[in-house]
Amino acid sequence: MPTQIPHVNYLVLGDRPHLVANECLSCKARFFDRRNACANCSGTEFKTVDIGTSGIVRSFTIVTFAAPGVPVPFVAAIIDCEGTSVRGNIVNADPTPEKITLGMKVRLVTTSLGSDDDGVEAIGFGFEPA
Amino acid sequence: MAADDIYILGIYMTKFGKHTDKDVVDLASEAVLAALKDAGVTMKDMGIMAAGCLMGQGSIGQMIQKQVGQTGIPVYNVANACATGATALRTAIMAVKAGECDMGLAVGVEKLAGVGLLGGGGRPKTDGNKWSPAGRFGAVAPTDGRIGTDTMPGTFAQVGMEYGHKYGGATFELFARISEKNHFHSTLNPLAAYSKAMSVEEIMGDIMISYPNTRPMCSANCDGAAAAVVVSGTKLKTLSLEQQRRAIKVSASILTSDPYQEACQVLPDVNTLTRIAAKQAYEKAGVSPQDLNLIELHDCFATAELVHYDNLMLCPEGGAVDFFNSGATWRTGSSPVNVSGGLESKGHPIAATGIANIWEVCHHLRGEAGPRQIEGAKVGLAHVIGLGSACGIHILEKSAL
Repeated sequence: MPTQIPHVNYLVLGDRPHLVANECLSCKARFFDRRNACANCSGTEFKTVDIGTSGIVRSFTIVTFAAPGVPVPFVAAIIDCEGTSVRGNIVNADPTPEKITLGMKVRLVTTSLGSDDDGVEAIGFGFEPA
Repeated sequence: MAADDIYILGIYMTKFGKHTDKDVVDLASEAVLAALKDAGVTMKDMGIMAAGCLMGQGSIGQMIQKQVGQTGIPVYNVANACATGATALRTAIMAVKAGECDMGLAVGVEKLAGVGLLGGGGRPKTDGNKWSPAGRFGAVAPTDGRIGTDTMPGTFAQVGMEYGHKYGGATFELFARISEKNHFHSTLNPLAAYSKAMSVEEIMGDIMISYPNTRPMCSANCDGAAAAVVVSGTKLKTLSLEQQRRAIKVSASILTSDPYQEACQVLPDVNTLTRIAAKQAYEKAGVSPQDLNLIELHDCFATAELVHYDNLMLCPEGGAVDFFNSGATWRTGSSPVNVSGGLESKGHPIAATGIANIWEVCHHLRGEAGPRQIEGAKVGLAHVIGLGSACGIHILEKSAL
């Protein structure tokens, strides 16, 4: 019985947590979800590749008004992780425009989403200032 | 007028705002009957109908027919996110262009007053208290709020901020000043949901929704409908001189979807499909961005308006901030943008928007826009983006008569 489960299946836990993607064998387009065929070239063969864990903030917003049940404020961002665009929250930083800046260097970290009745802890990811 | 040209013969938009006494069918019927009257024709003249109501039932077209005339014509119920209205219009245009009929009707309607935040949330947390992966990402919990944001204000905030990262100068205050312009423009539009001027200080000091978009920088959810009658050039020649004089030429009707881009899986790309649609539209119409006397573009958020200056090639690539700062997009400028007040003040009843923006342009080209008339307007452009994505662009020209 595993004691941890990733929030999403493209997060790999362990000693060196990182994200993975399905890379199209013919055009190298990367997808975090499974694709029936490549959105870029319609190729149907993919391999799993590791995504770099450091990156820069290419865009962000500080969400102060969200759907019910979503805690605010939080920083949603688009991170350029060594050439692959990744979506994630910026964590371990004040959610203010003074602290979060475009071009800021960040690195992947894991966060706990809590445990279920069987004691399995869900682990999510975010990015913190590097 | 060439035989294969397409014209808007009649068009109408309802007042946008809160219509507590009317349902979507009432609102759509008001728009249809008024557009037919404006065109000087009746339901019996229509050979096709295309209708959209994004949040409503699938058979909105037939529901409207029950109120305005069940003539047995084909109905196309369309849905294309915020581009639904433009898609309905383009469907009617395609039918006429294909020679299936010589007149067609398009209508879009929505009731959105008071619905609040759009997008976001996801499946509710299960009470089983056991993590179990689901969906294409094998997620054990909702991703909205934990892995970025699904809300519309947040998504479009990132669209604007990304432009700032690429080219610089896109500050909170700049976006607020874009909103100030549109709210100022709305004071001249009696059909706008909100028609109150707001200062930059008021806009920046209002409730923050998703930085840098405060509440007045977000499109206003409201009720409304718009409808248009299109006609072939051949048929128009047989109509009265007055109908010919008021007819507006559809010089380009373009619809695109979003081509693959590296980052489109993490942030919808609203740029590439708009740029492609704009290029096609200018080529088709034989006009340049500088020829446009007015532009109604999809300012679903102030952060979106900025990027579309660039996407519609109103300014050099990367030059949207300087372009706005030059004053070009105010109603007194060289490229007046959203003189209706835009979605931020006129309102955004989703499926109505893509026809209402065409109504605005037609109104000016006909010289019927009253106090907000852009004097001597001959050519205008209407643009919408539906997230997912779809982009509709129409270029319209004043009748030569």
